[in-house]
Amino acid sequence: MTGLLGTMTHNPQLNRNGRLQHLLTTEGLPAPVLLNILDTAESFMGVTERDVKKVPLLRGKSVFNLFFEPSTRTRTTFEIAAKRLSADVVNLNIAASSQSKGETLLDTVDNLSAMHADMFVVRHSQSGAPHLIARHVRPEIHVINAGDGRHAHPTQALLDMFTIRRYKRDFHTLRVAIVGDILHSRVARSQIHALTTLGVPEVRVIAPKTLLPAKVERLGVRVFHEMAQGLKDIDVLMMLRLQQERMLNARLPSTEEYFKYYGLTPEKLALAKSGAIVLHPGPMNRGVEIDSAVADGSQSVILPQVTFGIAVRMAVMSILTGT
Amino acid sequence: MKLHIQNGRVIDPGSGLDGVMDVFIAAGKIIAIGDAPSDFHPNREINAQNLVVCPGLVDLSARLREPGFEYKATLESEMVAAVAGGVTSLSCSPDTDPVLDEPGLVEMLKHRARSLNQAHVYPVGALTQGLRGERLTEMAELHDAGCVAFGQADMSLPNARIMMHAMQYAATFGFPVWLRPQDAALADGGVAHDGEVATRLGLPAIPVCAETIALSNIILMARETGATIHLCRISSAEGVAMVRVAKSQGLPISCDVAANHIHLSEMDIGFFDSNCHLVPPLRGLGDRDSLRAGLLDGTIDAICSDHAPVDEDAKLLPFAEAEPGAIGLELLLPLTLKWAAEMRIPLPAALSRITANPARILGVDAGYLSLGGAADLCIFDPDEYWRVEPAMLQSQGINTPFLGMELEGRVKYTLVNGNIVHHD
Repeated sequence: MTGLLGTMTHNPQLNRNGRLQHLLTTEGLPAPVLLNILDTAESFMGVTERDVKKVPLLRGKSVFNLFFEPSTRTRTTFEIAAKRLSADVVNLNIAASSQSKGETLLDTVDNLSAMHADMFVVRHSQSGAPHLIARHVRPEIHVINAGDGRHAHPTQALLDMFTIRRYKRDFHTLRVAIVGDILHSRVARSQIHALTTLGVPEVRVIAPKTLLPAKVERLGVRVFHEMAQGLKDIDVLMMLRLQQERMLNARLPSTEEYFKYYGLTPEKLALAKSGAIVLHPGPMNRGVEIDSAVADGSQSVILPQVTFGIAVRMAVMSILTGT
Repeated sequence: MKLHIQNGRVIDPGSGLDGVMDVFIAAGKIIAIGDAPSDFHPNREINAQNLVVCPGLVDLSARLREPGFEYKATLESEMVAAVAGGVTSLSCSPDTDPVLDEPGLVEMLKHRARSLNQAHVYPVGALTQGLRGERLTEMAELHDAGCVAFGQADMSLPNARIMMHAMQYAATFGFPVWLRPQDAALADGGVAHDGEVATRLGLPAIPVCAETIALSNIILMARETGATIHLCRISSAEGVAMVRVAKSQGLPISCDVAANHIHLSEMDIGFFDSNCHLVPPLRGLGDRDSLRAGLLDGTIDAICSDHAPVDEDAKLLPFAEAEPGAIGLELLLPLTLKWAAEMRIPLPAALSRITANPARILGVDAGYLSLGGAADLCIFDPDEYWRVEPAMLQSQGINTPFLGMELEGRVKYTLVNGNIVHHD
């Protein structure tokens, strides 16, 4: 049986013409849509490298960064991306303002819409909050998910894809491993959908059983619990951040034991293919999920990821506004 | 008031009566089925041609939201919804504010319900004070005030010892204990079935073992204490299998399922449809199929509406924050008919799951047709399609996963004690 009126079941990111209306998740987006974002980002790389780092594509547009959950890095990269497109940017840390006064999420959105917002960049602790907003706003307003609960973080996944393509070229020949707390990770979910859509033949997840969600293999990944097996023949390693609170609710005994079995050290990295690259969405816990020698080593592409992130977010914003 | 109901297909699931005939009502009672009594002059005739005349429906789980939650729904609105759905007897759960744990509150609710002169209301009293799972309520007093059973609504009992004592005490007086099997710690924070959809959407999950572990405790303690147990709103295939075994061993256990759960699965959550945020969670397709089969083979005795009106603002929130629940009183009949049609089950057998069987579980005089019995009737058109939309619903809530869908089976008349309390 299918849900009501199709509104809850059709892909809410694409409009009737199949164009991108919102970016909420990488799930369900066709490969050409993802590749178009990567190609457009490629064209913005020139902008980010020249002296005058601005193009007028979003001149006169207002971008509201709606952060219901604290974030410095992601919010800053969205802000820089919007400003390089000449948009006006308003940053709102809602956690500290209206929500604490009892205003509902959609009330907040309505009020900001009345200030003629053209785009909302939303981060929220609850999975699905950006979907709710996207269903609610007027059709001329675009919503970008900047991370919702454990659900999705599509721009992070897209910048990861951009990074992989820059260093490895062809998705169709790669073996990729995602290592760490898959259960709580919105980044991992978005990476898995993007990788499988772009034709990566083998995506692996490597984690202890307490950090894997039920039936994760249905997302199209192979499950490993041990680094030695999981890293064999791997071209790309995508590390995930481990939150300290995982120790509190008995999912892990200690960061030390986690590091010993799942932390990426030069020895473990040597188990992968010789030219393998290492990604991390940041911020890193050195000595927990990754050793400094790897993070700062020759196979790490963690800092380029941050640079590419700006071009990718510029691409998403310009595509959404049709410029 | 004398009523003559003409040419309806009269079905009494309990006795097996099924045929086109007339029903005669006087002074609130059924005085004849078939031929007219001599000298019968009706005040009103109802033409029931092509309609089904059956006992008024009996619902084991309706939240009327009074006292305490009148912004979600009122007794008035939900009692109208009940009879609009053909429900003439219903049991309401104790999770009101204040909780139904004192005789005075029960008497007041019974009085308020009686004065509305619609469906009969049979409160389930709180098993523990404030549903906190610490101290027992005065069950005997509450029973005298009108409670037909004792339960915890959606609150789990925090430990096995309290559950054991509650069952022993209830068994002392022969009071049934109604429990929804769910282990509190395993379900803590979860909002969806621990399966593919929760994984995809990143929703905190409730594993099946949250149900089966609690179920195992309940079954073992029922054996130990001899308490009569009713299991509310079972949700999983494994749970159905456990109940089947327990029943085959002759334990005094009955079981119901919510109407939504025999049709929907986790897949219906789609992109975070908060109307599918239900308690217990919608589980996998295999679970749904086992619920449907368990209902057919009698492992599950009854279908309940699990009626829970929620105000719109409380649903316009991210999935996990949205208040769980769906309305059901007005969908109980069509969703039962839908199950029967899909499983190719004859109408009388289907109707027994919402009439005779739940009445037996409630232990009340309802759910059947007999001479001299109360004229609580549901008269419905089994073939009429209608669209589930706010204008067609009497409940104050419009929260249902079926919103916008067409369902077959529409209640035309509802009679309570021979009075026409609803006419479509």
